Amino acid sequence: MISRRRIRVFAGLQLRYFLLIGIGLVFLYPVAYMLVNSAKSLPDLVNPTIEWIPSTLYLDNYSRALKVLDYRHTLIVTVLLVAMETLLQTFSCSLAGYALARYRMPFKRFWMAMVVITFLIPSHVTLIPKYIMFSSYQLVGSPLSVLLPASLGQGINSTVFVLIFYQFFSSYPRSFDEAAQIDGAGRLRVFFRIALPVCVPAIVVSLLFSFVWFWNETYTSGLLLGSGLRTLPMKLQSFVEEYSRSFSSGSDGVNRINESIRSAATLLVITPLLMLYLVMQRYFIEGVESSGITGE
Amino acid sequence: MREMSHFRSNLLSRRQKKAAAGAKCSTDEVRRPWLSSMQAKEAVSGYLFFLPWLAGFLIFTIYPFVYSVLLSFSEVILSPAGIKRSFIGLKWYREALTADATYPVSLLDTLRFIVLSTPMITVAALLLALLLNGRFRGRTFFRAVFFFPVIIISGPVIAELLSTKAAVVINPSDYAVYEFVRTLPGFLSMPLLYIFDNIVLILWFSGVQVIIFLAGIQKIGQPIREAASIDGASAWQMFWKIYLPFLKPLVLLNTIYTIVMLSGFSSNAVNGEIVNKMTLTGKVYGYSSAMSWIYFILLIILLGITYLIFSERKGRAGY
Repeated sequence: MISRRRIRVFAGLQLRYFLLIGIGLVFLYPVAYMLVNSAKSLPDLVNPTIEWIPSTLYLDNYSRALKVLDYRHTLIVTVLLVAMETLLQTFSCSLAGYALARYRMPFKRFWMAMVVITFLIPSHVTLIPKYIMFSSYQLVGSPLSVLLPASLGQGINSTVFVLIFYQFFSSYPRSFDEAAQIDGAGRLRVFFRIALPVCVPAIVVSLLFSFVWFWNETYTSGLLLGSGLRTLPMKLQSFVEEYSRSFSSGSDGVNRINESIRSAATLLVITPLLMLYLVMQRYFIEGVESSGITGE
Repeated sequence: MREMSHFRSNLLSRRQKKAAAGAKCSTDEVRRPWLSSMQAKEAVSGYLFFLPWLAGFLIFTIYPFVYSVLLSFSEVILSPAGIKRSFIGLKWYREALTADATYPVSLLDTLRFIVLSTPMITVAALLLALLLNGRFRGRTFFRAVFFFPVIIISGPVIAELLSTKAAVVINPSDYAVYEFVRTLPGFLSMPLLYIFDNIVLILWFSGVQVIIFLAGIQKIGQPIREAASIDGASAWQMFWKIYLPFLKPLVLLNTIYTIVMLSGFSSNAVNGEIVNKMTLTGKVYGYSSAMSWIYFILLIILLGITYLIFSERKGRAGY
């Protein structure tokens, strides 16, 4: 005989799946919508009877978007720039986290507070002085304008990474460091040979999230990098203008930009990140969980 | 020099008085500035590790921060020799709030977006975390689905989603419910309509917060949950009496995170305004700085209110 309790548990599970699937569909809807839209030809797009299944697989949208985004070149630029920012930010944040976690130094609590407060200072407040500063050194438009802040621990959300490193470096036993020191290792050696290898999970989190956040940041870097250096999201931002420059629209409107082309461009911009996520999905989520952000 | 050391010893002795274990120390120790040599060595090494961040903090955070305050009170003249500033008081602030045709509108728009979205995002994140909590098949999959927007969300992508209408899951105005809601009084209908219109954005912005809540829920001890269920607590009671009080600090954390994240979004009208009006003739730099400060001050007030609502107060947490 099935007890009432079991029925309730079963019904609860059904309800849970119902909600999860429903909400999951809402999450995925925009991407699915763009995917379908990006494969529509103009007649399909304006045809109200065609909603989810295009009459033909129309890939011209993609070739146009690829051309306007200058995809291959921009992708390489974006990956290189973002990877450099990521490495520098991870390294500088690990140093700061290590100092705060492992060394007794005066004013430590004050600096901890400053690290946290930096998170609350929005980028738009410091943006203009930064611009003036970099332009007085002729660095606007140079990659240095974004690499320098990253290498000194002031990149995007660096507070989060300093705190994650602080958390990790505080959590392994001091005797590791001391043993190495007794064996004659200097402080730098202890950091590189003991501390960093112990904290590989923190490094992975920092690398992944820095990469994603730097990739998606267009506000500060968009201004500081000027028009010479453009990452994929920045190209997407000005896609409509650049499209009309590449394809002068004829009077018949054949070359006019439409939703399909824009969807294709958006998908092209997010595809590298989605691929990264497919491969590294576990590390992203475990990263947030293990960050110790829920601990205090 | 003597005065310095006197000052130092004064400080030191005050510190020692504070420490309950105020062992009387020899004059020699009092003379020694601040720290013993071992401690001093450690502090120096610590600061060497900390130096890159510290330098960056001074150059790329504090200096621009202070400079932007100055700019916001200044008229700036660009000349080949450099930048000349002259103090003009609150002129830009007044102008931004009263004489600007677009700034107050953008400011209100953005604030409305933040004020309405933040609670909804936090609540949605909490509900999603509860849904994902526990052991069942496909949990990892759904967790991954709920998290994926975090990876791709950026100003331009959101702007494209909105302009290609990809974020409109159901066109709410097609349904009778929508019309019904619209007839309700404003304070009721506005948030409801807002949910209808922005459901995708609310969910998409909640990824990190979901995982933080989820990790928090899992930290609630199994014994507590078991004890409660043996005592006959329903899921409803468990939520209000156990989960929510436990998660309160995380609610504060997530709310602050949400506000900060939303406010910095490059597709916000205000952020665009600040950049676009940066080199306005006759108002170079100063006017934009004033606009950024008005926005910043309002955000700080918002964060302060959040803190007051969700922080642990001694009086209440006492029993």
